[in-house]
Amino acid sequence: MAQPIISIHNVSKQYRLGKIGMSSLRDELQRWWERRREAAMPPGMKPERPQNFWALRDVSFEVEPGQVVGLIGRNGAGKSTLLKILSRITEPSKGEIHLRGRLASLLEVGTGFHPELSGRENIFLNGAVLGMTKAEIRRKFDEIVEFSEVAKFLDTPVKRYSSGMYVRLAFAIAAHLEPEILIVDEVLAVGDAEFQRKCIAKMESLRKTEGRTILFVSHNAEVVSRLCTHCVFMERGQVKSFGPTAEIIAQYHGHKHGLRRPGEWIELNTLPRTGTGRATFHRVRFRNSSAANGSSDAQKIYSHSRLNVDLEVMANEAFTAHSLAVTIFSPSGIKLMNYDTVSTGDLVRLRPGLNRFQLHTDELPLNAGNYTVGFWLESHRGAPPVDWIESAFQIEVSSPPDTDVWKKPLSDGHVVSSFQLRPVDESLGQLAS
Amino acid sequence: MSTLTRSYHVVIKPHQKWLYFDWRGLVQYRDLLFLLVRRDFISRYKQTVLGPAWFIVSPVITTLVYTVIFSRALGISTAGVPPVLFYLSGLMGWTYFSTVISTTATTFTASANLFGKVYFPRVVVPFALGMSHCITFAIQLTTFLVVLTMHEFSGRVDISLENVIAGLALTPFLLLHLALLGLGVGLTLSSVTAKYRDIQHLVPTLINLWMFASPVIYPTRRVPENLAWITELNPVAPVIEAFRHLYLGTPTMSLSAYAGSALFAVLLFTFGVLSFQRTARTVADIV
Repeated sequence: MAQPIISIHNVSKQYRLGKIGMSSLRDELQRWWERRREAAMPPGMKPERPQNFWALRDVSFEVEPGQVVGLIGRNGAGKSTLLKILSRITEPSKGEIHLRGRLASLLEVGTGFHPELSGRENIFLNGAVLGMTKAEIRRKFDEIVEFSEVAKFLDTPVKRYSSGMYVRLAFAIAAHLEPEILIVDEVLAVGDAEFQRKCIAKMESLRKTEGRTILFVSHNAEVVSRLCTHCVFMERGQVKSFGPTAEIIAQYHGHKHGLRRPGEWIELNTLPRTGTGRATFHRVRFRNSSAANGSSDAQKIYSHSRLNVDLEVMANEAFTAHSLAVTIFSPSGIKLMNYDTVSTGDLVRLRPGLNRFQLHTDELPLNAGNYTVGFWLESHRGAPPVDWIESAFQIEVSSPPDTDVWKKPLSDGHVVSSFQLRPVDESLGQLAS
Repeated sequence: MSTLTRSYHVVIKPHQKWLYFDWRGLVQYRDLLFLLVRRDFISRYKQTVLGPAWFIVSPVITTLVYTVIFSRALGISTAGVPPVLFYLSGLMGWTYFSTVISTTATTFTASANLFGKVYFPRVVVPFALGMSHCITFAIQLTTFLVVLTMHEFSGRVDISLENVIAGLALTPFLLLHLALLGLGVGLTLSSVTAKYRDIQHLVPTLINLWMFASPVIYPTRRVPENLAWITELNPVAPVIEAFRHLYLGTPTMSLSAYAGSALFAVLLFTFGVLSFQRTARTVADIV
């Protein structure tokens, strides 16, 4: 059995608060003097002063060779600190880490670039800083130049490069490193969409064709879902959970946006919204069966199955609206379904007070995952909306209990539909049965 | 699927022992060392008018100024050799020593950005500086030899060729001696300046004072009795006099002074490297 390529055991990291390092001898003497004075004070009079801060606390997990592990969490969760410790830029305060493969990290693009030197010279310098030997760099030189698309400017000092060229060159060098473990920290946030696409494609190929282990920090859930086999979810310096990507992403989003359960009424009154206010969405309940109080199975929304949504709207006056919609978005905000009365042609007649509506669909064509739900009410085309909640809450769509999870492709799309994919029988000139 | 040719195992944990030097790391990153040497040397004259000629012009100007002030105006002895040769030969070694200190003493603060983003054995940076200044030294040595030859031809001085050749053969050892001293001081200081920024402002003053305590502008023999202990204890003094002696035949200091200086150099260098490495492990948190 192969040993894990990274083993992290109870790693903790403590930082001192206050003026760190920028102290002069004078400051040190001042602080020492203050401490003496405080020691002489009676207890109870001492000022509260938080001295230390645990950026990481008892972090433990293991990474097997060939895995692509996403590190997710809010800002300040400790992700970058953990990467710094793994990259040996700083030491842990407690615990230990075993690395069984060479590690290269990309924590910032263009580390070590010298502005006066040309692109060519910086490729060698940056490559050497990142751990390559001159021979390695020479071997990969042409690939690097091609990936970065700066061939024409190779002999110009990099201080003349545009920021895009700079970032492309820096990533190109790092992408061609040959470590067994690669660590990438949010560097994809720099650079345009085209560049990000290229980087992601490159990392995917590293995983597939070369079996590298990659540790990847990002806030972009789509990218993480696409690239990573596993995820670590961190919060306030601790590992909240570690497991296959789909599970962890679900937890992360549930954590962030308010995942709601089917079968219970959800208050919409207090949510941020825009609209004229002639009527407002009051509360909503979604479930999978027609029965109002179902069995425990009614607590889940299944892919490719029934969906019922009970909607209550409070109106101040009587009027007719042409568009009442329940919208479902992907985690990254792409509109997937828009259940809008405009499509069915029914007009919405509202009475003053409480109005009840029910949305029903026999087959929800969404794959398992978390989705955001929004609501929209518009009286007539072009008018400002009566009530519009763009992102009310999240719901979870589950795989039907009888599906064989192992058979599904690793990275499935949001939408499902039935299909056939078979070879064509050449001799018969038609689909082979 | 990549396979490891030998089992690679690195353990990261806190509070490693003092006596640990990352030999393997230094060998692994030797290409970086040479690239940094090149980068340091080139960046010093890029976009200047004179370019590499600065490395010659600077000591020549200094020598001329010293000649006018110290020799002509103040009448300080130059041990029987032409003042220009006296000062040039002293300056070669001294410039190397002082620039090594001034550039390496602020390693952590100057390279804070680099150290905070990527790992490589941190000693590579000051070692590279020590090596790139050797190139400067070589240029200044050449300048000195040219001036020496000019003086030889004009008859103002009588130097035998064997002496010069012997001098050239021994120069690398003297240079190594100076390197160990300079790096020892610089590495020790860099650990201090990483935490206490204001110390780095003391470094130029320290170097200035040290120069006056060294036989750069005066010969050791001329130091009055009650102050002789300064040059005796100064580890750089024997080396500077040795440089002069090799090429110009001026009197040297005692052998025990030289041996003491060599021993001190080795100890100081070892201490400097170890304390540097120890500071490097957590410097990213305090710089």
